[in-house]
Formats: sequence, C-alpha cells, structure tokens
Amino acid sequence: MTVTHPIGDDLLLGYAAGRLPAAMDLMVASAVSLDDDARARLAGFEELGGALVERSRVAPLRDDSFECVMERIQSAPPEETVRWDEKAPSEGAVLPKPLRDAAGGDLDDLRWKSVGMGVRQVVLESGADGTARLLSIPAGQAMPDHGHSGTEVTLVLKGAFIDGDERFARGDIEVADDQTQHMPVADLGEDCICLVVTDAPLKFRQLLPRIAQRFLNI
Amino acid sequence: SIDVQDEGYWTAQLVAVGRSRDRGAFEALFRQYGPRVKAFLMRGGMPEGAAEDVMQDVMVTVWRKAHMFDPQRASVATWLFAIARNRRIDLIRRARRPEPEDLPWGPEPNPEQVDALALQEDSRRLADAVAQLPPKQRDLVERAFYGDLTHTEIADATGLPLGTIKSRIRLAITRLRSAMD
Ligand SMILES: [Zn+2]
Ligand SMILES: [Zn+2]
Repeated sequence: MTVTHPIGDDLLLGYAAGRLPAAMDLMVASAVSLDDDARARLAGFEELGGALVERSRVAPLRDDSFECVMERIQSAPPEETVRWDEKAPSEGAVLPKPLRDAAGGDLDDLRWKSVGMGVRQVVLESGADGTARLLSIPAGQAMPDHGHSGTEVTLVLKGAFIDGDERFARGDIEVADDQTQHMPVADLGEDCICLVVTDAPLKFRQLLPRIAQRFLNI
Repeated sequence: SIDVQDEGYWTAQLVAVGRSRDRGAFEALFRQYGPRVKAFLMRGGMPEGAAEDVMQDVMVTVWRKAHMFDPQRASVATWLFAIARNRRIDLIRRARRPEPEDLPWGPEPNPEQVDALALQEDSRRLADAVAQLPPKQRDLVERAFYGDLTHTEIADATGLPLGTIKSRIRLAITRLRSAMD
C-alpha cells in the first residue's frame, strides 16, 4: 500500500538500535507492518547495526566461555517446536499483528472506554517513558486544540483525519512535538481509529479539554 | 587459513549449524562473533559479567535457531546483532518486544541464490565502508546509531551505501508480495 506520510528514519534507526521506549517500539512495529518501504529502510538500518558489530572492538571472553555455552546447550530443555506465522496473517484484519498481540485481538475484541465527545480509547502500554493507546474518533469530530510537552506520534489504522491542509489515512504517520499546536479532525465517512504514542503529558489549552485530559490521561 | 572478510564463509558456517548441528562451524562462529556481541552489550552499558552471561545466552539461541537463518534476508552479523539486541531488550522489559508483522516467507526457503549473494555483497560493501571510515566519522556513525547523537542523518554525514541495501531489500519484498497474488 502507498503511504503518503511515512515514518521517519529517526524512529526506524532508534528501533533498529533497540533504544526506543516500549510504547514507541509498538508504534514502529505497527507502522512498518503497513509500509513496505519503511520495512526496507528498517532492514537497511539493521544491516548497519550488523556492520557496526562486525567491525567493532572486541571484548575478551572468559577462558571457559565456549565450554559454558556447550554445557548450556546440552543441559537446556528440548528445543521448542518452530511455529511458523499464520499464513496471510493480516487477511481482513484492521490492526496489524503487533497491535493485535498487544490488544489481544482485532477491533471487535477491544474494550473501548469513552473519554467524552464521542472519543473512545484503549490504553495498550503505559510506562514512565511513554504511553500507547488506540483512539477512535467519530467521523467529522475534531480533537481538542492542544499543544505538546513531548512527542506525540499518530498512526492511522482506519478512516482518516485532516490536520491543516493535509490528510492522513491508513499507514500514515503524523509527528507532533512541543512546537506543534494543532486540531486534527476525523474525516467524514467513517470513524477514525489511530494508534497514538506520547512520551510526555500533553498540555491542553482550554479548561474543557484540560478536564478531558484527565480522562484521556495523555 | 580463514578469510574473515568473506561473508560467504560465515554464511556457510551458520547454514551448516542449522542443517547438521555442525559443532566445528558453531565454534568458529562463536570465536568470531562472541567477542563482538559481548562488546556490543557492554557498549550499551552492561557490566562485563552480565555481558558475558547474556552473550552466552545469545550464542545458545544462535545454536537453536540457526535453521531459521535465511541468507536472503540478512547477513550473519545482522542476524546475530538482532538476536543480541532483542535479548537485551527482553531482559530489561521482561517482555517480548513487538516485531513487525512477518512477511509470508514460507517454511520452505526459496533457493534464490542470486538474491542471497547480491544481498551478501551489499552487506559486505556496507561493512567495508564502515571499516574504512576515518575514525572521527566512524565514531559519528556509532554515536548516531547508539543514540548519543540526535537527528543525525547517517547517510548524509558519511555517504554510507545504505541506499543500495534498501533497494535490494525493497526488491525482495516486492517480489514476495507479487508471488502472493
Ligand atoms: Zn506530510
Ligand atoms: Zn497532538
């Protein structure tokens, strides 16, 4: 599928190096599942990781290191049977596999919680360094005007939203940071379902949204 | 004597471990990559003792999963690097990190020798380019990769041939997708 607003190299590089927070790993794994070009770029960065390791300094091993490994191999429980991924895993699914794993199913299996203004959410991952949630925004509905005290990354999974003069549809990514003040509006036609990952609490501008913030917990 | 520059040699060792549990091939891989995997773990801030332990764990995984290595998809170093990286993350989080949806590469590896060789060649060129960078630039790439630098465009800064790798992989994905239709 063609993605108009692809995920950036900075996130792919962070994922390849293994230094993103868990919530952002979920974002990257999901976005890559929907974008073959991003998949290829990620594989390129992983090759770079391999090249760096291959030509890196070496750390001396313990004298009996290899014997220890062979002992571990022999004493370990029998090898688990290899499970191949289900064929055509995404056939008909709205959520890509990493999200289905995190949510325990596809859209029908989700337990949405209302957060006001018709908006519903499911929190998938919540830690000190980031939160990942699915948001469902009714067609035509605007999200409250808000700024950000950290980074907010949004991946569209279903429907679309408009922000300024740009339209974001399935597979598209929007990144907002503390410079961004915006008011995304779900496109008409169908509800918009997004994965939203934030790495710090948002700063809402007005009183009403500030109340919503407490419910949204973003 | 062993030409350690020869990616094909290491690929053959890993394939031999996967096919026939070749202990000699495994030991060769261990001697070559164990010290590098350990250095990678220590570079990420792990103390020496833990890095030795996790490296041993990684090598056990290499033995067990060698039959799943597919030279069409990654070089040996990259495959090992991914195992070490994931192991480190899993230990910190006590949970498996989310991976992208797998492409439908079937259980029967597709013997597209030409593709595998071409990918190996590109990987080799990348590794050589990394090795040949002047120390300052090499350091820059490393720091960008490990996150000590923010917003550094590696390709721009160093001219590393990441684009070739990307187009090779892109081609493989496209072929795979069209084979599905
Ligand atoms: Zn754009
Ligand atoms: Zn926002």
